Amino acid sequence: MQFLVESGDVLLEGFLSTLRMLALTVLLAVPLGIVLAAMRISPVPTLRWVSAGFTELLRNTPLTLVFFLLVFVLPRLGVVVDFQISAIAALTLYTAPFYAEAIRSGINSVPSGQAEAARSLGLTFGQTASLVIIPQAIRTVVPPLINVTIALTKNTSVAGGFLVFELFASSRRLANNYADETIAIFLVVAACYLAITIPLGRLADQLEKKVAVLR
Amino acid sequence: MTSVLYDVPGPRARRRSLIASIVTGVALVGGFAWVILTLAGEGLFDADRWDIFRDPLVWTALGGALLVTLQVAAIASVLAVVFGSLFALLRLSSLAAVRIPATVILEFLRGMPVLLMMFFILIMFATSQYWAVVMGLALYNGAIIGEALRAGIVALPKGQREAGLALGMTPLLTRLLVEFPQAFRAMTPIIVAQLVVLLKDSSLGYIVGLEELVRRQRTLAEFYGFSQYGFSFFVITLLAFLIVNLVLSRIARGLAARNPAGRPSRRAARKTTGENADTTAIASIRARQSEAPWRSGG
Repeated sequence: MQFLVESGDVLLEGFLSTLRMLALTVLLAVPLGIVLAAMRISPVPTLRWVSAGFTELLRNTPLTLVFFLLVFVLPRLGVVVDFQISAIAALTLYTAPFYAEAIRSGINSVPSGQAEAARSLGLTFGQTASLVIIPQAIRTVVPPLINVTIALTKNTSVAGGFLVFELFASSRRLANNYADETIAIFLVVAACYLAITIPLGRLADQLEKKVAVLR
Repeated sequence: MTSVLYDVPGPRARRRSLIASIVTGVALVGGFAWVILTLAGEGLFDADRWDIFRDPLVWTALGGALLVTLQVAAIASVLAVVFGSLFALLRLSSLAAVRIPATVILEFLRGMPVLLMMFFILIMFATSQYWAVVMGLALYNGAIIGEALRAGIVALPKGQREAGLALGMTPLLTRLLVEFPQAFRAMTPIIVAQLVVLLKDSSLGYIVGLEELVRRQRTLAEFYGFSQYGFSFFVITLLAFLIVNLVLSRIARGLAARNPAGRPSRRAARKTTGENADTTAIASIRARQSEAPWRSGG
């Protein structure tokens, strides 16, 4: 465990960088996901198609390629930004469709009698959506949103392969410097990721149970 | 598509919707045209950026790398399903000595990035990049498929197990011959969707140093001159991934639509990471009718 004493700060810096990237991506990707989901259920067909097309495109592209585009290809086309920003943009673009799908499936889980009741009371689409459907959908939507966030936490490691210094990159550096302690390094770095993902998973499970009781 | 959220549009709503459609359409076409023109302005569509694709050697190189990608994904898929079945059975074991370690290992594998797993398999076991990627993908996705299968077994009606036991089958036989096959069938759409994710994740081999499609296109682009051909190779690679993945997603969706026992899969579908393939249009009346019995049961 010599590496922890000597290079603990490298690890800590990587961990903090991962957390920062995660927080910023969630802040950007959730609103984008909400917009995509709202477009997906809107009465305007073009908006539905745009949202569906974007979702389909991003969901079938490997994250590695999204990163490759933003980090290596765009700079050659004159769009030069900091690698950190490219990484957050790549993660946001990739994750937003998954958030959108989670929100949409939550909206689908609201019994359609609710929408029918609202409509028969004369509420408009906007009122039905914002006053009746979405408040009920949010409850069922939180656990899947957390699950997408867990996947996102794991995906931040890809940034480590694209010139961003974060937890995965710091583990690579440590593994180079302390070749005889790789197993310990692996366990410690894995524990750092698990410290984010396992509590989130527990939270999702508990919320899900609560929602199940309410139904 | 009928949606209960709004009426069948009348003349005024139709006009408004048309205006909104035109506005988005114009914005979209405009944005697209701007991107294309900017790219064309940079000369990205000039013949000298694409001429190397006349060379069959380039295609052979790319094809070989695509084959590596597909091969890695295929081997890892088979292993992942095998691991997943094993994990699910071990985690549901009645012996605490089996169940608890299996749970811990599953949580461990599920909670960390695949990339980290690949990298440390590579240096700890001194394997080739190829097997590091295969094993990383197989273990990680095996853990996820195992969780899905476990959820499927748990969600089965209790009567299935009781019937098996009442017939005099041992608990293990009941699990293997009665519960597991039903859970596996119900979870097939989720498993296939996860295998599409696995194929996408095989591109992480790029970071570990495996010569698969993403790395090969980069090597080729560097060889012929990245500033000249980087964009062209990227476009070709993106198209290759999109085609393969879209075909696989279609298959996954087809399986989901054909799946007769939709009951256990829906509850577990919520637990997977949002990559499930449900396409039901919002609250359409038809969907409500077919979903109603399940909903009252859930």
